[in-house]
Amino acid sequence: MSGNSERAIQRAIDTVWRMESAKIIAKVARMVRDVGLAEELAQDALVTALERWPQSGVPDKPGAWLMAVAKNSALDQLRRGKLLARKHEELGHELALEQEMALADADLVASDDDDYGDDLLRLIFTACHPVLSTEARIALTLRLLGGLTTDEIARAFLVPEPTVAQRIVRAKRTLTEARVPFEVPDADQREARLASVLEVLYLVFNEGYSATSGGDWMRPALCEEALRLGRILAELAPREPEVHGLVALMEIQTSRAKARTGPSGEPILLLEQNRARWDHLLIRRGLTALERAQALGGALGPYALQAAIAACHARAPSAAETDWPRIAALYDALAQLAPSPVVELNRAVALAMAFGPAAGLELADALLSEPLMKNYHLLPSVRADFLVKLGRLDEARAEFERAASLTRNLRERELLLARAAACEPGSAPPQLP
Amino acid sequence: MRFMMLMIPKGYETASPGTVPDDTQAVAAMMAYNKSLQKAGVLIGCDGLHPPSMGARVSFPGGKPKVVDGPFAEAKEVLGGYWMIDVASRAEAIAWASRCPAGENEVIEVRQVQELADYPADVQAVAADFPAMQSHLGGKKPA
Repeated sequence: MSGNSERAIQRAIDTVWRMESAKIIAKVARMVRDVGLAEELAQDALVTALERWPQSGVPDKPGAWLMAVAKNSALDQLRRGKLLARKHEELGHELALEQEMALADADLVASDDDDYGDDLLRLIFTACHPVLSTEARIALTLRLLGGLTTDEIARAFLVPEPTVAQRIVRAKRTLTEARVPFEVPDADQREARLASVLEVLYLVFNEGYSATSGGDWMRPALCEEALRLGRILAELAPREPEVHGLVALMEIQTSRAKARTGPSGEPILLLEQNRARWDHLLIRRGLTALERAQALGGALGPYALQAAIAACHARAPSAAETDWPRIAALYDALAQLAPSPVVELNRAVALAMAFGPAAGLELADALLSEPLMKNYHLLPSVRADFLVKLGRLDEARAEFERAASLTRNLRERELLLARAAACEPGSAPPQLP
Repeated sequence: MRFMMLMIPKGYETASPGTVPDDTQAVAAMMAYNKSLQKAGVLIGCDGLHPPSMGARVSFPGGKPKVVDGPFAEAKEVLGGYWMIDVASRAEAIAWASRCPAGENEVIEVRQVQELADYPADVQAVAADFPAMQSHLGGKKPA
């Protein structure tokens, strides 16, 4: 076996795992009713492939091959459980297993492997179950749905691999111990459970999005993964407006990825980005997803509202042509639905852009007593900006200096100190970066 | 990464004008395949093309445009359609192409889409507006 073909087989295995692992785990979990066990059986199938394919060659349908191996071990597992149950004469358990076996057998014979949607949806809801901590939900989702290795997840989140490995082991154990059923939640729980799923996807997305430059390629890959999972979810749950809302938000934010940093990695603010560098294919996809959310009717949810705000920027041919009154109105709606000081601060900026700095300052001033804003550098920075526009330069300088003392980002501090200096009487007007 | 899967059906180079898919079974199989691309979150776009007998070729002998109406006697391979997909690797793009329920007379060419970042810096500078041209925005033009 030459090194080349070994590499080719390894690549084939990596590829088929990325494309098929979630489906295989979902199908097997449906049979054994335990996602932890299902993942182990899927991994075992992968190990079998690693042993056999170098000799036999990659099968014509590698995904179907892995699926068949995993399903067969699932059946073995169920049969062993049944024997065990018989030995222990646990009649009730045996009956239950009898039913499971029948179900699993029927699954194996009758089920069409292309029809995996329901099982995949069950897997997503289970991996994002509220019984798990946020960190555990994220790790489990990337592992079970994204097909990422423990090492890849660890690198993406800048934590040691054993930490992630332990999170996953504990998460699987928690699901088993809590007897979390492998089901799509009932109507009365669906909204809360879906919110948990969307939160996980958006946290994964933001973890990747906040990594602006350098570092490990795994971090930006988190954005792609979250977007991919979001697109899949939109096909699995097409009647859920917030799913389309989140997909729209992620598509539009991703469209700016290449315009967000300058040549030496310095961040470029939204209004100063070169819009020609935005990815217009993603913008179009984002706008389409937002239309799907709107077409489903009802008031827009928090993700769809954020997407609608992002869409206002995406539609504006230049920063000067931004529809600020509409953005202010959307922030108003968002503040009512999901009130937070950060949303209020954004609303203040939009109000200032739409109706002048005094309107923005009034709202920003109301945030000064907010405990969560106490050490948040953007509040003094935004206030300072309004004060400059109102000609209150002394106050502006003090606020820029306070903002500079609060930020941990060196480049940002330099910029804020430069703006503070520019507020001195007789100094040149500040240059935009 | 974006890839185009270019469908090249042998015989399409001589197809008469107005030729469209008529085998409902084959179309149904292709739709199922398209659906699987969509469900996997990788499909970005796809189109089928009318045969070359309805098209034209414009060449530039001596720097001047010269138009020849289809069909093109010299063409051995012509496009019948394409898919644009967004996947993690070349291997994944090839794996998707391999799953296509294509006929024995068909070839799928897998080609990666260039990004602005693939160009040298001086070319990037000249082509800076290129991404904005790659699709219609639907927004109003700058005044």
